This record gives sequence, C-alpha cells and structure tokens, in this order.
Amino acid sequence: MSIDTYIDEITAATRNRPDYLLQNLYEIQYQYSYVSDQAIKLLAEKLALSESFIVGVIGFYSFLHTTPRGRFDILISDSITDHMLGSRGLLDTLCNKLGVALGQPRADGRVTVDTTSCTGMCEQGPAMLVNGWTVTRLDQNRIEQIVELIEADTAVEEWPQEFLTVDDNIQRRDILLSDNSNAGDALKALIEQGDEAILQQIESSGLRGRGGAGFRTGMKWRFCKQADADQHYVVCNADEGEPGTFKDRVLLNSYADKVFEGMTLCAGIIGATKGYVYLRAEYRYLRAPLEQVLRKRRETGLLGTDILGKQGFNFDIEIHMGAGAYICGEESSLIESLEGKRGIPRIRPPFPVTHGYLNKPTVVNNVETFMAAALIAVHGANWFGSVGTEESSGTKLLSISGDCERPGIYEYPFGASMQHILQDCGATDAQAVQVAGAAGATLPAAEFNRCIAFEDVATGGSFMVFNQHRDMLDMVRNFAHFFVHESCGFCTPCRVGCSLMKDLVDKVYTGHAGQYDLDEMHKIGELMLKSSHCGLGTTAPNPMLDTLNKFPQIYNERLKHSSYEPSFDLDAALQDARDITGRDDAGAHIGTES
Amino acid sequence: MSTSKTFKLDGKTISFNDGDTIMDAALRAGEYIPHLCHNPEFTPHGSCRVCIVDVNGRQVSACTQPAMAGSEVDNASDNIMRQRRELLQMLFVEGNHICPACEKSGACQLQAVAYYTNMLSPHFTHFFPRRTVDASHPDTAIDFDRCILCELCVRASRDVDHKNVFAIDGRGINSHLVVNSPTGKLGDSSFAASDKAAHVCPVGAILPKHTGYDKPIGDRLYDRQPVSIVGDVAAHEQEQEH
Repeated sequence: MSIDTYIDEITAATRNRPDYLLQNLYEIQYQYSYVSDQAIKLLAEKLALSESFIVGVIGFYSFLHTTPRGRFDILISDSITDHMLGSRGLLDTLCNKLGVALGQPRADGRVTVDTTSCTGMCEQGPAMLVNGWTVTRLDQNRIEQIVELIEADTAVEEWPQEFLTVDDNIQRRDILLSDNSNAGDALKALIEQGDEAILQQIESSGLRGRGGAGFRTGMKWRFCKQADADQHYVVCNADEGEPGTFKDRVLLNSYADKVFEGMTLCAGIIGATKGYVYLRAEYRYLRAPLEQVLRKRRETGLLGTDILGKQGFNFDIEIHMGAGAYICGEESSLIESLEGKRGIPRIRPPFPVTHGYLNKPTVVNNVETFMAAALIAVHGANWFGSVGTEESSGTKLLSISGDCERPGIYEYPFGASMQHILQDCGATDAQAVQVAGAAGATLPAAEFNRCIAFEDVATGGSFMVFNQHRDMLDMVRNFAHFFVHESCGFCTPCRVGCSLMKDLVDKVYTGHAGQYDLDEMHKIGELMLKSSHCGLGTTAPNPMLDTLNKFPQIYNERLKHSSYEPSFDLDAALQDARDITGRDDAGAHIGTES
Repeated sequence: MSTSKTFKLDGKTISFNDGDTIMDAALRAGEYIPHLCHNPEFTPHGSCRVCIVDVNGRQVSACTQPAMAGSEVDNASDNIMRQRRELLQMLFVEGNHICPACEKSGACQLQAVAYYTNMLSPHFTHFFPRRTVDASHPDTAIDFDRCILCELCVRASRDVDHKNVFAIDGRGINSHLVVNSPTGKLGDSSFAASDKAAHVCPVGAILPKHTGYDKPIGDRLYDRQPVSIVGDVAAHEQEQEH
C-alpha cells in the first residue's frame, strides 16, 4: 500500500480529527518505523495542521522518529532496577553481537538498539521492548537467542512464547485483589440505588486518588458532575511511568473488567457518554486484550447504549496510546496528549473537572482508583473504610522490586510499615527503600518504622529496595539522568535545572566535585522545588535533596578535598589542540592535580 | 468596582476585576512585576517563571495566578528576587548570550530584567549549545543562540498573524524553536517583517536586518532607566524602528 493510501485510511478512520494526530503518528511509526517528511506533509493536509506543529509533536515523544529505525527496534529498559539486574552488561553484549552503535540503525537497516525509561517490568527484568512487544527476564542466554532470531529475520510474533510472557506476580491480596464480584455488579448497584446515593458512598468511603496525589475521588466526581456543559468525559490514567511501578500493568491484565466498570460508574454519575484509557506505549501488548474486554462488555450490555437496559445510560470507552513521555502521567499533560498535542502541563486553574479534555469537564483518575470506586459501589463505603487509617482509607497496591527475595505486587491496608513490608518481601539487608519512584522519597533504615499512608509516606505504588552492597549514588545518577530525559522543557527551572543537577551529580560521581558543588545542588534543588510549573519540576530534585540529607556519605566520600573544583578539565580541554598539532608530549599537557 | 476586590502587593493595595491575574492587576496599577514570556496582548504562558511571587506562603507565577481578594503578595523580598536572579542565570547559561556583541544590548528585556534583579554574572556552568543563525529571510534574521523559549513569536504568528510560522520541537533541554517551511528556513516561510511575530521577541533572537547598531550605546531603551519604568521592549517596538 502506498503511504498516500495508508494515511488516507488512518485519518479517515479518525474522521480527520486533528486531536487524533498523536494516534495517527503512533500508527505510522509502527507501520514504517518512522514518520517521513512525506507522511508529515500528507497529515498536515488531511488534519489542517502546520507541518512544524506535527514535527514538534513527533519531537516531543520518545517513541516517534523522523528518521528510520531498524526493522527490529529494540529499547532496553534503563530503570535503576534493570541496572541492578545487569541490563547495562546485556546492552553491551547485544550491541556487540549485532554490530550496532547505540541509537544508530545498522547499515542494513535491520536493527536499532537504544535505551528507554522504565518499562514497568521491574520485578521480572531486565526487560526490553522490540517493535512494541515486551521481552522480560533477559540474561546472556536469552540475548544470544534474540541475536539469532534477529539475524534470521524472525518476526517478533514468532519468537518463543516464554520470551514474551509477562507474569502478574501477585504476592499479597487484600480487599481489592481478593474481591469476587461480577462484571456489572457496580452498575446494577448504581441503577438500583441511584447516582446520588452511590456518589455519597464514594465520598464517605474516603477514597483518595491512587496515583499518589491523593485528591478525594468523591469530591472530584462531584465537582465534575456540577460543572455545566453539553459533554463530560471520563479518562483513565494508565500512563504508569513512575520508575519502579507496575501495578496498573497487573490490574489492566487481570482486572480490566473492574477498571472499566469503575469508569462506567463514574460516567453514570457525572453524565459522561465517552471515556478514554490513556495507555502508555510501553504496555502496547495489553492493547489487544483490553479491546477484547471492551468488546465483551459491549456484547453483554455493560457498555454502549442503554447500559443494563437503563434508558439513556450511554457510555463507551476508547483506548488512546501514549508514545513515550513520563510527563503525560500528569493529568493536564495527559489531556494535552489525548488532544494530540505535545504533553505540556496546562496552567491551573482551571482544573480538568471544569475544563479538561476538549475544554469539557473531565474526571481523570488512576487505574486503581477506578477499580476501588467500582468495588465501593458493590460493597459499600463501610467495607472500604474498615481498612486503612483514618486519613487513608482502604488499601494500596505496591509494586515491589529491587533487592528482595519475592518481588511483585503487594496489596496492603494503608498504615503498613516499611519494616513489615520488607519482611514480607524477603528483604533482609535493606539499606534504603525508594518509595514513589524517582520523584519520591529515599528512606534509610532509620525510617523503616514509617508507614504507607497519605499522612506519612504517600506513593503511587513504586517501592524499590536497595541492599547494603548498593551504591546509592548509582540510583541518584540514574534518576538525575531520567529527569533530564523526561522534563518537558516548558519552564526554565525544570528544563535547565534538571541538566545542571545531572552535571553536578556526574561531577561528584567522577570524583571531581567539591563542597561548593553540593551547596549548588541544594540551591538549584530548592529553586526547582519552589518555582517550577508542575509536579515534575517540583519533585525532580527530590532524589538529590533527600540523599544529600540522609546519605551524605555517598557524596562526601567522593569529594576532592578542596572546597571548589572547576567545572571543566583543563587538560581535556586541550585535546583538540593536541589533535590538530599532533603533539602529545609533556609540554602539551597541563597537570590536572592541583 | 467593589472595594472588596483588592489584594496587597508588597503592602500596597491593588484593585482587580473578575478574571484578572495578579499580573493584570499589577500592570493596570502601574506596578512592575519582572517578566519575560508575558505580554499583555497574549494569553498568559507562565513558562519563564521570572514573575514568581509569594502568595500567602505559596509561590506562583503572577501572570497565570488569578488575583484573590485579601491575599498578600510578595513581589520584592530578597528571597523572591534571589530566585528570579537564579532563573535568569539559568536562561543565560542555557543559550549563548554575548551581550557586548549583541545588537540588542541595551534594548534587551532579558538583560534589563537581569540588571533589575542585580544579576552580576551568569554564575552556573555555561552549556555552550551549538545553535545556528538563520539569515535566509531578506528582512529579518534569527539568531537561535539567544532564544529563551518564551514562545511569544509562536503565539503571535498563530493567534494574530494566523500563519503558524513558528513551533517548538524537541523535549526538555533539547526543546528548540523551529520554522514552518519546507527547508526549515525563515526565507522559505510565509513570514513577513510586518508580522506581529517580528515585533514581540524580548531578546535579540528575532532581529530586523539592515538597521544594525544604529543607536549608540547610552541612548538605547534601557540605558537611562530600568525596565521597571520603561516596561516591555515589545511596547516600544515602533520607536525602536524609527
């Protein structure tokens, strides 16, 4: 099929709507391995957008490219837990055996190898993506087999099934994961009791957003319901990008019905007829099974028109794909991305509950929140409120990875202590726990008596364990580089601050820093925290600020003795001159030891 | 106007109308809040963060924050001024700003705001990014070294000129201004020197050709009075061009 016909088809399927630009680009990327100038031109005509706008959207998302990738496009997950499982060595092996340089397509166009932010397979890593498919549990043996499969040009769909297997690894179940209600139960309760009664149940249950911010769900739904407009929207945030979290992956894999039920419940209450699941591109393999669940719900009257026979209860759900951007987990960036644009966080107020998707009142909730809401409708507010703490009712799903014997999904009532959790997962010599991901908090052993709760240690679910043998500066470095990669670039403090921070961490790591540099990190971190436009910028300095405070030795042991060290290496700066003159004698060098 | 619709800006009482941001009300009252990406002719952006103020203990950008009756806004404390200075230093090291050689020196809002906040050096380690100059257009040149990503040209070209000549490409520290034309060059775009987008740049990134260094140093826009009195460079575009 010619590119003209292909683009005609995909844009026609989305009715030439410019807000489907990102979805169109995503399809083109997977069809052709890049978005060509020709494709950009055709899209610009079809969608009535400027070419530079489209180029800007492509440039924003890590998984979209304007130059061809290899036919096998490999991305090795670069999260700290993947590193701890040996991903960096495997990456080198892979590049050597395939004869490719990182990020560059091989001369024959067959393969590219690159790194990517956390793919959400932390407990069964190291992991990689190949043409959107997920491969878990990489080791030397598996890498060698993958090289053979690629050299034999075997399509990923035909690779050994065990390579593409993603396990749930549920280790502890509580009220959510052990619930055995049926599809439709929550909607029946809604129809029997009425939307006001169910909304009151959600409110009095004390349910708070499970993404980490903890806004009261009932209040959010009520604000949205009260906002006057001709259309309302329900959006499920399945852009689980915080390094170390993978619980939404498990919910979408095994509890999708209950998530969709929660979305439909919300729609019935706020008066929405349309919902979206914004699914991170790293979870592409979940798309087809999710579509299958949606089809089944339509067939059984749980989606579509007159849901469960109730006249006028109309709602359907569409899956939109992300394309590699951590910032799109922030709800207003997610909405921008849903509208097909660069994922830049919006100015707030106004908030999405009044001005969200297409400027209409929109509820954006986490996957786990929707599931919890559905079960509250079935079992009542008391059932939910009977577990947890006063401020944080119910349970929380934790994604546990790193140095422990039994990594996986653990559901705990809020209030569970670090100590208790570490014991359960078999972490016997933990030095630290990183809770809530790169943007979260670093807890040393002295704080293991603290609890998972909004009033103590809040988390979207990431829980990474570091044993006594780990160098915590490796974690800090990984996060510092992560934030440079993921900052959207909109506001000054985050755009520039992330890079300055990364350079300073690297300076410490290579043994070139002085106390002055640590003071600078404090200063820059403070500025980012206070002046950034959104939550990414205000939390990006956390790993540095937290470890400077709680793990000062990882910095101090690497400092040069002087209080000040220059930011560049005089001798290295002369290299260009040495290359030009062909000199390399002692006189062409400047001593670097002061 | 109801008397209850007021807030305090550094102790002074400022009246505001419904829908006003802190910046709107301050500008109307003749009070200066340092800013770069804000221009009252365009919808607020809130990206440079230079207009941060402290409202009842919380820091917000004045250009995007709705004015709130009874609030206390700190626009001048050492703490706020220090943070603004650090933000400006970040902008200076991110690009390549060689003030002594820049045609815009003395009439540059970035430089003027930096002076206003007592910034004496860029302080942070320079990034020295490799950026280019686009001299392809007969009347206007772009020196990307000086772009601070305020997106005023993007907004002007989109919202006033209806040409969409500019856009932002890339992400994070790789974000950069791009031109909508087959070659990516301004000369091949629909841009004209009479466009609004040619007259909103607060720095020396978008410059008219053929008029370089006409005005002697000492007579330039901010040479005799500070930006707090002179105001935005865009507001003086006409007189600048003779």
